Amino acid sequence: MSPLLAQVEIRDRSQDTCVSDNGLCPGWIADNFDRYVDPFFQHVLLTVVAVAIGFVIASTLAVIAYRRRWLINPVTQVTGVLYTIPSVAAFFLLLPITGRGFLTATVALVSYVLLIIFRNVLTGLDNVPEETKDAGRGMGLTDRQLLWRVELPLALPEIMAGLRIAVTTTVGLATLAFFAGAGGLGEQIFADINFKSNVVVAGGLAVLLAAVLDAVILLTQRAITPWTRAVAAR
Amino acid sequence: MNSFVDAIDFIFSERPSPAGGTQVGGLGEIWELMWPHLQLAGVSMAIACAISIPLGLWLGHIGKGGFLAINASNVGRAVPTLALIAFFVVFIGVGFWNLTLALVLLAIPPILTNAYTGVRQVNRDTVDSARGMGMTGAQIVRRVELPLALPLMFGGIRISAVNVIATATIAPLAGVTTLGDPIINVNTYGDEGRLAAAIVVALLAVATELVLGAVQRAVTPRGLKLEGGGRWRRLAFAMPNDRREAPT
Repeated sequence: MSPLLAQVEIRDRSQDTCVSDNGLCPGWIADNFDRYVDPFFQHVLLTVVAVAIGFVIASTLAVIAYRRRWLINPVTQVTGVLYTIPSVAAFFLLLPITGRGFLTATVALVSYVLLIIFRNVLTGLDNVPEETKDAGRGMGLTDRQLLWRVELPLALPEIMAGLRIAVTTTVGLATLAFFAGAGGLGEQIFADINFKSNVVVAGGLAVLLAAVLDAVILLTQRAITPWTRAVAAR
Repeated sequence: MNSFVDAIDFIFSERPSPAGGTQVGGLGEIWELMWPHLQLAGVSMAIACAISIPLGLWLGHIGKGGFLAINASNVGRAVPTLALIAFFVVFIGVGFWNLTLALVLLAIPPILTNAYTGVRQVNRDTVDSARGMGMTGAQIVRRVELPLALPLMFGGIRISAVNVIATATIAPLAGVTTLGDPIINVNTYGDEGRLAAAIVVALLAVATELVLGAVQRAVTPRGLKLEGGGRWRRLAFAMPNDRREAPT
């Protein structure tokens, strides 16, 4: 607990009436904004690394399970249990194994991403119309070519939808990563949870980060799936 | 692995607190922490269901408000639970009912979205034939749309319930003692108490998921089970506004 509390430094709180009244203080926020910069980037790093690793694992599993259907149930059940374990509990369950820090937080966050992405990739692949696949086969595509050139591109809307859910969820869960000693914006919220300005800035940055990352994925999706708009316009 | 043995020992037997003074640990204490945890989660879920199920069914029935119903989930996901609790602590106050309100806000979006989506995905031909048989709007909701929407709606309730159980763990930050107490006040309970609480919270969440999953299967109309082959279970995580329509 002490290393956490050691970081609670409230600068000049007694001299500023707005701060001592526990209000929303633009002056204090401007003066202290630099203390949010490092946690913000820790938060970005936690989110991006966890989602990237989770995406690679879960989409690989989904592609394998797409061909070998018997894998769907066991994978869904295992990732379902991982998804169900509350993140705070997961961080402490991992502490004796992986120790305090970035690794523990990342392992826990990755385990939440798996189920979301696995389900969406699989749904996307399953939704590819049979006629389209037949047409591909008729053109002489091998299974591998069919996967990369037909099935995965047509599954992109669902895959990207899963990625959006995964990113916003992970930004939220990463606010609890400070329990695992990995910093992030949650550490700032927790450090002075009774001070309005602090809670609004740190919480606001987390919401903003989720919104920005969500928008980035949505725009990427629009850019790489132009045909979905053409169909919608008709 | 030794820490896990100590933690399990904490669950079953009392010991003096590392901070001195009191006894901590043992099944009695775990129950004393779990009961308020369950109360908090239960009351929040009851209120959230009472608000969002009728609203979702009604919006789905009239086919309006889809933007609200679907985006409620997206916005809800983007607000971190810790930030939500912290907002409540500084702007509204601490205590059981304030925290309940925060958890209700957290629980509403998944239930609302899934109730709405559940009604919307009911085959329009089915609704039309119900109307052709002379059913009124209220009868259609009660006898056709509600039963067919139940599996998806229960999916939403499951997601919310597990979320609320998980979030109730950080309730001590808002002045309510729950199973999160040993996690946040580690000085009183010691490391083994903290790990023990983590184990119990994890088991509680998994048990909630399993029980509600069984209820969900029990309320699924037999016709849907025969036709779907598990299709409806996957829908729980899809974003309905991004789904492709089958080419007609």
